Amino acid sequence: MKAYKVIVLAKQVPDTRNVGKDAMKADGTINRAALPAIFNPEDLNALEQALRIKENFPGTTVTILTMGPGRAAEIIREGMFRGADDGILLTDRAFAGSDTLATSYAISQALKKVKDFDIIIAGRQAIDGDTAQVGPQVAEKLGIPQVTYVEEVQKIENGKVFLKRRLERGVEQVSCPIPMVMTVNSSAPDCRARNAKLIMKYKHAKTVTELQNSNEDYLHLYNDRPYLNISEWSVGDIEVDHAELGLSGSPTKVKTVENVVLQAKDAKVISALDNEIDDLMRELIENHTIG
Amino acid sequence: MNNIVVYCEIEDGHVAEVSQELMTKGRSLANELGCKLEALAIGHELDGIENQIFPYGVDTVYVADDARLAPYTTLPHTAIIVKLFTEQKPQIALMGASSVGRDLGPRVSSALHSGLTADCTSLVIGNHEDKKQGKVYEDLLYQIRPAFGGNIIATIINPDCRPQMATVREGVMKKEIFDPKYKGKVVKLDVAKYVTEADFAVEIIERHMEKSKVNMKAAPIVVAGGYGMGSKENFHLLYDLAEVLGGEVGASRAAVDAGYVDHERQIGQTGVTVRPKLYIACGISGQIQHRAGMEESAQIIAINTDPEAPINAVADYVITGDVAEVIPKMIKYYKTNTK
Repeated sequence: MKAYKVIVLAKQVPDTRNVGKDAMKADGTINRAALPAIFNPEDLNALEQALRIKENFPGTTVTILTMGPGRAAEIIREGMFRGADDGILLTDRAFAGSDTLATSYAISQALKKVKDFDIIIAGRQAIDGDTAQVGPQVAEKLGIPQVTYVEEVQKIENGKVFLKRRLERGVEQVSCPIPMVMTVNSSAPDCRARNAKLIMKYKHAKTVTELQNSNEDYLHLYNDRPYLNISEWSVGDIEVDHAELGLSGSPTKVKTVENVVLQAKDAKVISALDNEIDDLMRELIENHTIG
Repeated sequence: MNNIVVYCEIEDGHVAEVSQELMTKGRSLANELGCKLEALAIGHELDGIENQIFPYGVDTVYVADDARLAPYTTLPHTAIIVKLFTEQKPQIALMGASSVGRDLGPRVSSALHSGLTADCTSLVIGNHEDKKQGKVYEDLLYQIRPAFGGNIIATIINPDCRPQMATVREGVMKKEIFDPKYKGKVVKLDVAKYVTEADFAVEIIERHMEKSKVNMKAAPIVVAGGYGMGSKENFHLLYDLAEVLGGEVGASRAAVDAGYVDHERQIGQTGVTVRPKLYIACGISGQIQHRAGMEESAQIIAINTDPEAPINAVADYVITGDVAEVIPKMIKYYKTNTK
C-alpha cells in the first residue's frame, strides 16, 4: 500500500471569537496581546483529515507548515501532540504585512523546497480574516488542482483522492489527481484530542531560536532525538523574489481602518414585566409589523 | 477595455441571485466611472442566457458554452477568465462570495497577481493619495469589509494591480432591473482556445444540489438566537415564536459554532443578509459581523440579559430580560389578541 507525504497548512490566529473588553486599547486599536493565540479552528479539521490518511496508509507522514512569528511554533507542537510527525515554521520579518497573495507566494516557495508532497490540506479559512483565499492561491502558484469545502476524504486509489464537498446548497463527490490541495470545512469531523504519549514525546520539541533562548541542560537530547527539532526557515532558506514578499508583494493595501464604534439610536428600553411586553406586542400589532 | 466585469454563476439555466445583485451594483459603478459593464457566462446550454443578463444594463456578455463547463469546476473556469482578463484588461471584476466565487476568485487573483478582497459589504469609488510616493490614484474601488473578527472595518484598495477583484455575499447588494429592454452584444468564446485537457483533472462523480429549505431572505419576520440561548433545546422557543408570527429562525455565528442550529440559518457577514420587517434578536450580543447581516431590518427588537450588549445600539426596542421568560409572554399575548 502506498504511503503519502501530507502537508497541513496551519495558522496561529488571535481568538477573535472571544474578544473581551480589554481587547481594545485606549487609543482604539486592537490589543493583540490580550487575545489568546490559538490553532485556527478549521486547520484542526484539516489536521484530522491528514491524520486519518496516515492511519489508513501506514508510512504516511504528516508535516505541519505554518508561517508566522516565532511563537507560532506552539501550534506545531500542538499538532505533534495530536499525531503530526514534524513541522516547519516559516518566519521572517520580510513576511510582515503580507496580504493573502504574498502569503501564498511565500508558502508555495516553501512547499517547493519541501518537494515530493502528495496532498496539501488546509483549513477553509482563518478566523482572523475569513478570506478563504490562501489555499486556492497556493494551489495556483504550484500549478496543481484544488478542491475546496471538503468534508471527507472518502478514499485514495490509483493516484486520485476521492472527496466529499459540502457546498452552500448541496453536496458534491469529486475525484482529483495527486498532487493536489484541499481545504477543509468546519463541518468535517473535529480533530482528535491530544494524546498523552505524544505529549510526553514532543513536549520539548523546539525550533532553533527557541533552543537558543532556553537554558536547556539537556541540549544533547536534541542530537539524540532528531524528532525534537522543529524546522525553522527564514527568507534565506527558500528561493524567493523579495519584491513578491510582505507589503511590496501585496497588491491589496489597507487604506483606512475604522474601529467599530456603536452609535446608539434611541431605543425604547423595556423590562420583562407582563404589562411592558403586552404594550410592545399591542404596538407591533397596531402598526402592522406583526399580525 | 478597462471595463467592469461580473462573473455570472449559473445553475440549471438560471443566473444566480448574487450575480444579479452584482450586475446591479456593477451598472451603477460603471455609470460613475463612465465605462461599460460586462458579464461572463460560463457553462453549458446557455442559448438565450443573455436575456437574463441584459436587463441589468450589461453592455457585453461573453459566453463560453461547452458540455464540460457545467457543473462548475475550478480549473476550466479559471483558465477562461484568466485568458479573457489578460486580453480585455478589465479594471474591476466582481464575483459572488459563494462556494463557487470563493473557490474561483482566489485562483484567478493568484494567476493574475491581482488583489482580491473577500466578502465586501460595500463597494465605493474614490481617490487615494500615496504620500510616500507623492502619487494620486483616481477612481479606485474602495472595498469595504469588517475584519479581525468584526472589531474593525477596513477599506482595502488595489492601487497598482488590475483587475481590482472583490467578492460579495448574496443579499448584501440590492437587485434592480436597470432597463428591461436594454440590449448589449453577445460575444461567443471559442472554448477550445481557452482550456486544455489538463484543466479537466477534477471530475464530479455525484452531485446533490438542493434548493435552500430555509428561506430567511424572504421571511417578513426573523427570530434569531445567539450563544446566549445556551443550548439547542432552548432554540425551540424561537421556533415556536417564529411559527406563531409567521417568520423564520436565524442565528448568529456563535450559536452555529456551538452547534445549536445548522449553518444554513447563520445571519451575518459570513452567512445570509436579511432585511425583514421585524428582526427579533434573542441572546445575541451583536458582533459587527452579525449586525452587518441584519441592521437594515425595518424594526429590531433585542432581548438580552446584558443591558450593555452591542446589539442594543441598533435596536428599536431593547428588552432587558431572560429570553425564556419574555418569549412565552409574547406568544401568549399574540395568541389571545389576534384572530
